[in-house]
Amino acid sequence: MGKKELLRKRREKLIEEKGVIYLDNVRKVYSTGSPALNGITLGIGKGEFVFIVGDSGSGKSTLIKLLLRELTATSGEVYVMGSDLAKLKHRQVPRFRRNLGVVFQDFRLLNDRNVYENVAFAQRIVETPAMEIRRNVPAILATVGLAGKYKAKTKELSGGEQQRVALARALVNKPSILLADEPTGNLDPKNSWEIMGLLEEINESGTTVVVVTHNREIVNAMHKRVITMRKGVIVSDEEGGEYIDED
Amino acid sequence: MKISTLFYTIRQGFANIFRNKWYSLISIATISVCLFLFGLFYAIVTNFQSMVMKAEEGVSVTVFFHSEEGPIGDLCASHTEGQVPTDERIEEIGQMIAARVEVSEVRFISDDKLWDDFASNYYGEYYAAGFPENPLAGDNIYEVYLNDVSMQGALVNWLNSIPEVRQVNHSELTADTLSGVNLLIAYVSLGIIIVLLAVSVFLIGNTIAVGISVRSAEINIMKYIGATDFFVRAPFVLEGMLIGLLGAAVPLTLLYSLYNQALAYIGERFEVLSSFMNFLSVDELFGVLAPASLLLGVGIGFLGSITTVRKHLHV
Repeated sequence: MGKKELLRKRREKLIEEKGVIYLDNVRKVYSTGSPALNGITLGIGKGEFVFIVGDSGSGKSTLIKLLLRELTATSGEVYVMGSDLAKLKHRQVPRFRRNLGVVFQDFRLLNDRNVYENVAFAQRIVETPAMEIRRNVPAILATVGLAGKYKAKTKELSGGEQQRVALARALVNKPSILLADEPTGNLDPKNSWEIMGLLEEINESGTTVVVVTHNREIVNAMHKRVITMRKGVIVSDEEGGEYIDED
Repeated sequence: MKISTLFYTIRQGFANIFRNKWYSLISIATISVCLFLFGLFYAIVTNFQSMVMKAEEGVSVTVFFHSEEGPIGDLCASHTEGQVPTDERIEEIGQMIAARVEVSEVRFISDDKLWDDFASNYYGEYYAAGFPENPLAGDNIYEVYLNDVSMQGALVNWLNSIPEVRQVNHSELTADTLSGVNLLIAYVSLGIIIVLLAVSVFLIGNTIAVGISVRSAEINIMKYIGATDFFVRAPFVLEGMLIGLLGAAVPLTLLYSLYNQALAYIGERFEVLSSFMNFLSVDELFGVLAPASLLLGVGIGFLGSITTVRKHLHV
């Protein structure tokens, strides 16, 4: 058995034992001194749908940045898809990130390119053959309901449609985990529900979905696992839970 | 890297230039201005240096030998026994002089030729009436031309050490002035080129930094999706190099046309000037300037883009 095969088997075993995301007593202290995360222990299994909620400054964004390996933990262990992120070298980060799809509140689309090019861009980055790109992009655009708008410039789209493009871009490389950071933050209620519906569909097809949100109505209505954070610690972690106010 | 990725990178490099027209234009203009100044300065300096070198080629050292008659008849015969060289010895000394590294050319001038030249210059065709015999009989000389006037001192010292040599005529002032001017040109050129390059790198680095910060969002997205540093960097570096190439081609075309016109104008209006000032031909000048400018443009574009992209890679 080769070294690569051994590593793959080890990662699979770790995923089985600890889940696709596993944090053990994680602390993150910025140079300002106060800890953004203070002893977080958390496990998210394969195929789960999890909401992470909490007020501003609770540590949600820092947690997402740790999972993306944009930051490294000051202490503790962070495992994503069986990889110990502290041991990951800079040159290994791109390949690791291909396991993750990311969606942001501000969509982060390339406004000088059309819908098709925005999605194809993600496939080109991971060096997908051109033939496959031509097959995959229309398929994923159909999944998010934008098949008819592939030629449109992103600026011509509504907020909801822009977030769908961002979703299509995040999903086209078939990630194991989808991280959505305030995906409905810039959307009206109707579009917010449509996006959440799509996220649920994606989750049902086997992708682990982690949503950071402030949207109480959506969290309370969807009856998923809810992790509540406050001042850098997890104050509740409940299956089918509700959004708990600080007071 | 896959072939399709290579083509994608090249396409993106070109597309980036058109996507950011204003930024590209400003960058090209900045490089053009710097390289135009560089080219202009280079043209002036190389022409000046070529003129100085031409002047150097005209500087000669004259070697006189002891003779039975002494210089100008027997007025100051100061030789001692054995110092008057035979014709064979003079020829041998000539060969020794020609073998020296400082020497580019040695011309033998016989006593008769010497008197002919002197008399025809000063007395005209009637000189023969006043001097039935050659007053310079026995005064054969060598005219020695140098590769580099700064070596004149060493050559003169060596010539003076030959026993048969009576006198060595040379102009220390001319040699020193020409060497000094040459050295001054070298220092000033080096100084100005360093300043111009530093200014170019600073301006271009800044322009590229502005262009890249405008697209930092795009780099950010690429990194989140899982792009390697090479994949992110390559189109920007290619774009920088293309901008550098265009930025060099514009001033080169302009300088080519201006230099041609200037040569024609000087040739027409200042004919007297062209007789003693030898300007370099367009081919001579651009044979060095064109590849140097293109290389500089591409190099500046490459350095500017690679250093500025690096700052955005740590996402």
